[in-house]
Amino acid sequence: MKRPSLGSILLGLIPFAGACFSVTLWDRVYPMVFGLPFNLFWLIGWLPLTPLCMWAAYRLEVRRESNDIRAGGDAR
Amino acid sequence: MSPSTVALALISAIVATGSIVGFFARFHHKMDLEQWTVGGRGFGLALVWLLMAGEVYTTFTFLGASGWAYSRGGPALYILGYLPLMYVVSFYILPPIWEVGRKYGLQTQADFFQVRYCSSFLAACVAIVGVLCLIPYLQIQITGLGLIVEVASYGTIHRTPAMIAGFALVGAFVLVSGVRGVAWASIVKDVLLLFAAVFVGFAVPRIYFGGIGPMFAALEHAKPAQLVMPGATKDLGHQWYITSVLLSSLGFYMWPHFFAASFTARSGRTLRRNAVLMPLYGITMPLMFIVGFCAVLVLPHLSNGDLSLLTIVRNSFPAWFLGLVGGAGALTAMVTAAIQLLAGATLYAKNLWRPIVAPRMTDQQVATLAKIMVLILASGALFFSIYSSMSLVSLLLVGYAGVAQFFPGVVLGLFSRRVTTAGVFAGLVTGLSIALFLMLTGQDPYKGLNAGFIALCFNFATTGLVSFLTPVRAAGFEEALHSTAAVPSRKDVSPTA
Repeated sequence: MKRPSLGSILLGLIPFAGACFSVTLWDRVYPMVFGLPFNLFWLIGWLPLTPLCMWAAYRLEVRRESNDIRAGGDAR
Repeated sequence: MSPSTVALALISAIVATGSIVGFFARFHHKMDLEQWTVGGRGFGLALVWLLMAGEVYTTFTFLGASGWAYSRGGPALYILGYLPLMYVVSFYILPPIWEVGRKYGLQTQADFFQVRYCSSFLAACVAIVGVLCLIPYLQIQITGLGLIVEVASYGTIHRTPAMIAGFALVGAFVLVSGVRGVAWASIVKDVLLLFAAVFVGFAVPRIYFGGIGPMFAALEHAKPAQLVMPGATKDLGHQWYITSVLLSSLGFYMWPHFFAASFTARSGRTLRRNAVLMPLYGITMPLMFIVGFCAVLVLPHLSNGDLSLLTIVRNSFPAWFLGLVGGAGALTAMVTAAIQLLAGATLYAKNLWRPIVAPRMTDQQVATLAKIMVLILASGALFFSIYSSMSLVSLLLVGYAGVAQFFPGVVLGLFSRRVTTAGVFAGLVTGLSIALFLMLTGQDPYKGLNAGFIALCFNFATTGLVSFLTPVRAAGFEEALHSTAAVPSRKDVSPTA
């Protein structure tokens, strides 16, 4: 199988860094945002931010695929 | 009419509506094995979305997330953490899995191991482990059904008969409708649950505290530790959060039923678009936590955290509304259980029974056996739900620790030529033994780390090491395409000796 491109993998690591690895930085109650504890607010933020990152990754993969087809390669 | 009659009548009406929708979806489609299991591989963005949204609106998130926010506090946030991340993982692995699925006509997860590693034995092991891990997940749905009826009947109907009745219904539903019916019934439950979640999530804090902000301020004042990790627990801190989020996001698509759901897609691109959009579907999830957090202050002495959402709804709203919420929950449990039963039964019949006991079975006979298995699996899960008292979230974590062990075999199998059958088998055995050992000896979390994640690390290491030491023999699908001996036909993956 063809591996995903490095660019799209890096884009996918952004949500992991934001919502998972950095937990010690944002797991706190203050500052409260819109009345929500900060940790809850932060995680809610990643629900729309993740699609944004992955949309960019999608564009990247689609462009790569159409380049492959033009080059006459394996159109996967 | 008494409140419990109103609530129970409405629940029954909603369940009946959902079942009828599912039942009618089978018309115009001849029900062979491929149609029953993967819907003839013709689902577009909308239907795949509905099948894959399985995890977002289930009994688990509905009752389990609010239950953990109530009983554990901060650590429950891991559910919100892994939700978008599992779709990130799916972005990379589902399109190639779908590709292999189309090329070889795969219907189950074990089929994938069969064609990649050319080993019926490994495929059978994957099938056994998959079916066993589905049991705690099924148990969540049955327990959920039981809780709903118990609360809605104001305690007059005990949980056990409710669970038995619920499961008879699910069994019947799966047998007549297959995967297409399940997808259509999902529409009904998603709409209802979305409505229920939004309404309850905003209304409950408003009734008791005047809004979400004042509720959190009051909770912070009364129980300052509840809102952050480790919350009301001793050992579920940040390390546990990171390892549990990783385990769940990597393991999610290793569930046999979600893995198989990717085969229903019309194209790989459908799956990728799905992966991009899906996290938005979780936008109502935080409301479940909010209801659980409210219950901490409003109902401080519940015996079981998983009852918090339903009890608070019962105490705050008229009976018909409890019926609506309960009905949405009951239908959700049914639909989810149906998907799991379908996947589990097909795995058993196709990858375990046929290759080992009766190699000459036709597809038609496999389909019949799968239908019998639906009933056996359902009764097994029912048995465990009657005799176990784990919280819904804990049940799910046990299942994840098991299915996540497929991850190295799937991912290395897709992207690496060097990985060998022996390597994957050794990794799987190591991972499962470590997970089982840590959980049975009560050492989960182990030194603050999720036991399933520790097992996954050892699994990866073993897979790599053994693969390195063993020669690459059957080099997977690309070569299998050209050698007739190992090639499964387009229609069906037959066992190879």
